[in-house]
Amino acid sequence: MNYKLQSTPDAMGRFGPFGGRYVPETLIEALNELTIEYEKACKDEAFQKEFHRYLNEYVGRPSRLYFAERLTKEAGGAKILLKREDLNHTGAHKINNSIGQALLAKRMGKKRIIAETGAGQHGVATATACALFNFPCRVYMGEEDIRRQKLNVFKMQAMGTEVCPVTTGSRTLRDAVNEAMRDWMSTVGDTHYIIGSAVGPHPFPWIVRDFQSVIGKESREQCIAQTGKLPKVVVASVGGGSNAAGMFYPFIHDMDVEIVGVEAGGRGPKPGGNAATLSHGAPGILHGAFSYVLQDNDGQTADVHSVSAGLDYPGVGPEHSYWKESGRVKYTNVNDEEALAGFDLCSKLEGILPALETAHAVVEAMRIASKLTKDDVVLVCFSGRGDKDCYEIARVSGESLD
Amino acid sequence: MNVIDAAFERLKTGNKKAFIPFIAAGDPDLEGTKDLVKTLAKNGATVIEIGFPYSDPIADGPVIQAAYTRALNKGLKIENIFKAIADVSSELEKEKTLVPFVAMVSMSIIHRFGKEKFIAECLKSGFSGLIIPDLPVEESFEISKDLKKSGLSLILLVTPNTPKERALLILSACSGFVYCVSVSGITGERDKIPEKLLQNLAWLRKQTSLPLCVGFGISKPEHAKVLRDHADGVIVGSALVRHIETAEKVGLPAVKTAIANLAGSLVSALNS
Repeated sequence: MNYKLQSTPDAMGRFGPFGGRYVPETLIEALNELTIEYEKACKDEAFQKEFHRYLNEYVGRPSRLYFAERLTKEAGGAKILLKREDLNHTGAHKINNSIGQALLAKRMGKKRIIAETGAGQHGVATATACALFNFPCRVYMGEEDIRRQKLNVFKMQAMGTEVCPVTTGSRTLRDAVNEAMRDWMSTVGDTHYIIGSAVGPHPFPWIVRDFQSVIGKESREQCIAQTGKLPKVVVASVGGGSNAAGMFYPFIHDMDVEIVGVEAGGRGPKPGGNAATLSHGAPGILHGAFSYVLQDNDGQTADVHSVSAGLDYPGVGPEHSYWKESGRVKYTNVNDEEALAGFDLCSKLEGILPALETAHAVVEAMRIASKLTKDDVVLVCFSGRGDKDCYEIARVSGESLD
Repeated sequence: MNVIDAAFERLKTGNKKAFIPFIAAGDPDLEGTKDLVKTLAKNGATVIEIGFPYSDPIADGPVIQAAYTRALNKGLKIENIFKAIADVSSELEKEKTLVPFVAMVSMSIIHRFGKEKFIAECLKSGFSGLIIPDLPVEESFEISKDLKKSGLSLILLVTPNTPKERALLILSACSGFVYCVSVSGITGERDKIPEKLLQNLAWLRKQTSLPLCVGFGISKPEHAKVLRDHADGVIVGSALVRHIETAEKVGLPAVKTAIANLAGSLVSALNS
């Protein structure tokens, strides 16, 4: 690669050709307001200090960087280090962004919060932030995901959030985003929409990446402190791509570090059988941004599948499309069966239950590690814990926890 | 002269207001769409908006969403919409009923279908303009050039929360007519005409000679009566689509009668 990678979106909200704003006129003013406020907040030391104080005292950051000895031995190559986002309050990386955006909403004087959720982790994180900062909150969640993630629905409700079932389309994350955007169209004056992934119209992909980039910043410092060098490879799972964007961004200019994003291979490469947008999709428009998307030849969004509700999304953040096309990041995929085996292996060897999203990254990291030497380091974003997936894993393996 | 401009010129001369119905292509099926277009053309429509069903229409309320889903579930393809519109264009032309068609279509569809190909198909099948609800003015300049070259209008939306300076930018890029959104929100029937809308229309009136047509939430003759003194026309979608959704139960002829009645009452409310 012989050109400098763009770190922030341009004036049109684009990373290279990707991003922009493809939304109804009704939302443009709110997005302009958000962009201006976010730019101010970036430069406002008091805001940044407050954000990091909550990350430290409330979320429990910095999260640990753990040398997974038995996974390393099993893979038989490079050292595998896990960035333990699962140890954050609420059990996943999502809280970083929810706290950041809730503070931003407070700063903008907004009175109400809405969010979408797939696996329920972003819903729980946002419900948590809303309890903390005393915002009324409504979370849109597909009916199919509500079935798969009952425990998270209960948690959100326990924290005073209203969970609104979405019954349109595929009844998953994509439809939940549609409903949240529709709500926002009518309530844009007093409501902030905390989008959970690095997707959507500008400035959302940029904001979410920035709030999540605490993952990569800490990892980079911890890796140097603990191993004396940068990792050889950094790995993270990619649905919409928020944990990956946050993990990758601080390494993007370390040209000796290979970066690998892992998508959901589902049941295989056939259309409708996976959610591997960057592997099997093409550039198009979805949810307000120009980015890779899984759609048919008419531009209709395709059905997607993954055993992991958090990766079950037909789009991906525009910055990932940019990183893919520039060649800076390699995107690969891991299928359902391999991810379930990864869950099992990680649980048994390390005593850590990974979220199914995370299991995808663990599997790919072991593959990569097996081809490297013991002097190399493979750093994995361990994005979330697997408690929420136990019911679904039991169900697909023919057991029941009820 | 673009046929949309000509249609509004004719109205102006007769001191009349525009009735712009919206229907979703392929609901109940494309044969039905042709029939309904003809019904609307013969019952006072000034311009007819043809919605291209899209899987993720974020600006649409439940009624239009459901219509899109019904059409897509039957396997509707974009190229077949163009074929059906080409058929109905030539039939209406034979009968000398000249009603311009406007495509209401997501940028997702245009991008994937291919911008040049989409514009060519629009021209071939008899569309006179486009409304791209998810294409804000900043993103519209590129396609706007191509549309202008082809003689197609690009109808842009102004909403209640669009700042004045921005509204001026939109007006400068807009052609055909201005789509004035009545409320901040999604499509769907509503009870009242907001007071702020009338103020906005008065301001817009001073800024542009383009016709001002009001949409989102317009469903009743009472709305048309209020708006006829403030705007050049009304756009009615969900109220019509709600009749079309009963097609399977009551049959298309009954739907056509209901639609002709609603169209008739709206047209007379606009012009009495």
